[in-house]
Amino acid sequence: MAMEDLYHEIILDHYKSPRHRGPELEGAQVHVHHSNPLCGDELDLRLRVDEADAVDGIAYDGEGCSISMASASAMAEAVMGRDIADAEDLAEAFRLMMHGEGLKREDDMLDGVAFQGVAQFPVRVKCALLGWMALRDAIETYRGGAAGSRVTHDDV
Amino acid sequence: MVDASALRKDFPVLERVVHGRHLVYLDSAATSQKPRMVLDAMHRYYEESNSNVHRGVHALAEEATEAYESARGKVARFVGADPRGVVFTKNATEAFNLLAYSFARHRLGEGDILLSTEMEHHANLVPWQVVQPEAGYELRYVPVTPDGELDREAFDEIVATGRVKLFTVTAMSNVVGTINPVAELGAAVRAANEDAIVVVDGAQSVPHLPTDMLALGADALCFSGHKMLGPTGVGVLAATPELLESMPPFLSGGEMITNVTLEGATFNEVPYKFEAGTPPIGEVIGLGAAVDYLDRVGMEGIRRHEVALLESCLPALESVAGLTVHGPSDPARRGAAVSFSISGLHPHDIGTMMDREGVAVRAGHHCAKPLVRSLGSAATTRASFYLYNTPDEIDALVAAIEVTKRFFDV
Repeated sequence: MAMEDLYHEIILDHYKSPRHRGPELEGAQVHVHHSNPLCGDELDLRLRVDEADAVDGIAYDGEGCSISMASASAMAEAVMGRDIADAEDLAEAFRLMMHGEGLKREDDMLDGVAFQGVAQFPVRVKCALLGWMALRDAIETYRGGAAGSRVTHDDV
Repeated sequence: MVDASALRKDFPVLERVVHGRHLVYLDSAATSQKPRMVLDAMHRYYEESNSNVHRGVHALAEEATEAYESARGKVARFVGADPRGVVFTKNATEAFNLLAYSFARHRLGEGDILLSTEMEHHANLVPWQVVQPEAGYELRYVPVTPDGELDREAFDEIVATGRVKLFTVTAMSNVVGTINPVAELGAAVRAANEDAIVVVDGAQSVPHLPTDMLALGADALCFSGHKMLGPTGVGVLAATPELLESMPPFLSGGEMITNVTLEGATFNEVPYKFEAGTPPIGEVIGLGAAVDYLDRVGMEGIRRHEVALLESCLPALESVAGLTVHGPSDPARRGAAVSFSISGLHPHDIGTMMDREGVAVRAGHHCAKPLVRSLGSAATTRASFYLYNTPDEIDALVAAIEVTKRFFDV
């Protein structure tokens, strides 16, 4: 395993030039806060869903390692404009990829697929999942009609 | 002076090759490596004398009891405690829980202050928090200054209330290395309230500094075996026998009783009252061998060795552009746990990259979230040294940091 498997060029690019990163999102209906208690990574995710149940706006912010922040950035790009059920399905595909349980919808993941190599570094899998698990939680929260914020510590 | 290069031969694991490189182990504050003598002592016990202690009249039972109790004596001497005050627990965390449940819960109440500090490991924070609602005491914390020292003014203010009934403090920070003036602080607490007791977290200090409970002014001292060359699974609560005698048992069951009827039980004398069930006999014997090893090398020499390492490590780290070392800059005022931050780099990325260079460091909040927060971050990278570390390993640390910086282009 080379360092380049973990820190793929695409990952470093998202880390240095984050997409959809920001402390606020106008018109957001949901805001969730996730943390990884083991390493102290923190992530805020805001989501705006349109009338057709599609992701109309997404913003993440937080403090964490390059893997967690870059993964959130790639996730935001990949789910923007998608139907929320479809986004959830994509999150599940990403989770399975990180656990080495198969590769599905790799084209839809866009840059997310670059995180495949992280699966070889078990202690860093949680980092890559942080943004995606926050997304899943945000969608669930949106469906439940609870627009507030929640703190969750049980990231897979 | 400690000859670290010679001592290294006693530690089999230090021969490891990791990712194709010689292991540079700089994580002794998390757990220390074990010398062959400790492994042999445990092995010998299981091969030759394995038996339960304090019962049975056969030869093996006597040998096991003798080895177990002789380890208690060694540990007691090592920290200047009365052997009757040495309780073997599972780890330092359990020792704190014992004090929280058997002392704080019963002896502190409304109007009393339990004073801890923001510098503490979670082991010396959470048990007091958990017991607090039931006991009703007020839980206060001494803040930490930006340079990683306890805020003396704030401490004096809280102590001046005369309501501090229990003061608990780490002798050496596991994150920033600060050596606290425990004796002086404890004396101030007692001067304001003669009933107060002083609890000291020795998990980092006992393995690295000569320790004497009397000199520390500690009523109780909690530490773990595995950070001082011993095995995991054994920790120590060293306390005055009077304090232990005044407390009800924590865990109950076998070993800790003198008589049991269906209606109730009478409890054994200290320290056995606090050692319910079959104790970790092999581990205690291993800890006794670890104490022998540390005694033979000499704690004064170990401390001097670590100060010498700090004298070259701190300037070497500070010369790295963008790197900030947390905690006191004077080696005389700190231990060999060195936390640092590098601007633009996350500790986990640093830790992963350094691991590939064969350098084992810790990245994260080090089980001291309030302290790490007060340093203005969620995590730091920590390199920690012990008697087997050499100046070469400081060079390897700095070289690995440079590789990491180049990789991430910062």
